Amino acid sequence: MKPVITVRDLTRQFGTFTAVDHISFEVHPGEIFGFLGANGAGKTTAMKMLIGILRPSSGEASVAGFDVYREAEHIKQHIGYMSQRFSLYEDLTVMENIRFYAGIYGLPITSIRKEAKALLDRLELTHEANTLVKALPLGWKQKLAFSLAIIHKPAIVFLDEPTGGVDPITRRRFWEMITETARTGMTVFVTTHYMDEAEYCDRVSIMVDGRIEALDHPKKLREQFGAQSMDEVFRILARGAVRSE
Amino acid sequence: MKSITVHNIIKTFPGKPPVQALQGVNLDIEKGELFGLIGPDGAGKSTLFRLIASLQLPDSGSITMEGLDVLKDYMKVRKLIGYMPGKFSLYQDLSVEENIRFFATLFNTTLEENYHLVKDIYIQLEPFKKRRAGKLSGGMKQKLALCCALIHKPEVLLLDEPTTGVDPVSRKEFWEMLHRLKALGITVLVSTPYMDEAMQCDRVALMQHGTLLQVDTPDNIIASYDKPIYAVTGNNSPEVLHALREWEGSYSCFAFGEALHLTLQSEQYSVESVRKFLDEKNINGVEMEAITPGIEDCFMAYL
Repeated sequence: MKPVITVRDLTRQFGTFTAVDHISFEVHPGEIFGFLGANGAGKTTAMKMLIGILRPSSGEASVAGFDVYREAEHIKQHIGYMSQRFSLYEDLTVMENIRFYAGIYGLPITSIRKEAKALLDRLELTHEANTLVKALPLGWKQKLAFSLAIIHKPAIVFLDEPTGGVDPITRRRFWEMITETARTGMTVFVTTHYMDEAEYCDRVSIMVDGRIEALDHPKKLREQFGAQSMDEVFRILARGAVRSE
Repeated sequence: MKSITVHNIIKTFPGKPPVQALQGVNLDIEKGELFGLIGPDGAGKSTLFRLIASLQLPDSGSITMEGLDVLKDYMKVRKLIGYMPGKFSLYQDLSVEENIRFFATLFNTTLEENYHLVKDIYIQLEPFKKRRAGKLSGGMKQKLALCCALIHKPEVLLLDEPTTGVDPVSRKEFWEMLHRLKALGITVLVSTPYMDEAMQCDRVALMQHGTLLQVDTPDNIIASYDKPIYAVTGNNSPEVLHALREWEGSYSCFAFGEALHLTLQSEQYSVESVRKFLDEKNINGVEMEAITPGIEDCFMAYL
């Protein structure tokens, strides 16, 4: 199958500083791809280029079939994005958030009502349709935020530290939802600082000093580095970092 | 001797509906202790910090710091504490060095006078000392904030989520720094959403929904887990997870990295009964091993 993301020698410089240094990888349909790295390793810069909001200095990348240089606007329309900090509007109701996201992602007006009803049913939120999002328990908020990030059925969804600060059960339920979604064929590109979550990925890449220093299935990485856990793999790699943010 | 005492603290924030941020919190922290407040976002950790730092008033209850009442003697209390809020609160337009000198001056001291306290951190900041604080990366901002909180030689350090969003390697370095500060006799109260950091503390309070679920040493918290717990490996697909979760003998089943953690209802169930159940479901390739729970298992048992 054709990769959803293809990256070749992608590079970004800020002045003389090379934030992302010739990274290359592919992500396949339905894959959960973990994108790890220490603070300052270049993860955020790389991700910004992939979601079409930062122009690369050199190299090639295509996301969901679109070129990051020429078709950045198309990329934005064909991907989902959810971060820990910005996802839902707390002062809007559940229904208003649904309508807002459905509109932003260009769903036809005629189908928004139907989609909204189906979504509320699926999340068992029908009785909360007119509740302000800020009054919802965290677990529900997360499910809603994720469902809205993919309401336009994108080929790929980017999750930027989606579970930071979340309680341990909600965090795990969220990952169960990610796994289910990936099984429907949607690709999930995710960053996290929780190393246990790296184990739930099909493949994991670890960035050090702007480069991808390791990329494989978590189990293979553990074997490769003779480590007991992904935490240990991460530490072995990050210890070699020259760049301290 | 107690460094901090928190007695029956209640704090409500107005709104529709009002938020009961702290619902009767009681806590004693010993002098020189490295004490951890462990809990997710919204547990009430930051509110408790602000009350202890005398920056907010409780609805009821009292707090003392080094024997002083934080309401009546707030001016004295503020000299005793070094507070690092969860949100970066230094001057973004001042350089690293200017920030440190500014905070030192506020407390009538100098960087030189207390250099020994901040030396370890300052050495790492020095290459960037002319850079504006706002232009620093996340990890460096945290180091600068800690440096500014320490510069007046406080008796008590209040660190609100200093490691949130920080990668595992930098987190480990940060904790090494806290151990060195503890060795100098400074009382450290630190909050974190990372359960694994609990093991670094002398004692911890597990916190959720404005209440303290348990306060004890990490070892005692783990020892108090009273149900059999197993690591399930080999086959940890979603199907196995859901089957085990729904089984009558299971108390809970969640993913923990490469394994599933299965907690049984009681001693009345055994590895054999799990195996029998899995056989009936035609689930193969599962290995089970009795384990000692972690703090995260203990915390989850409360949720």
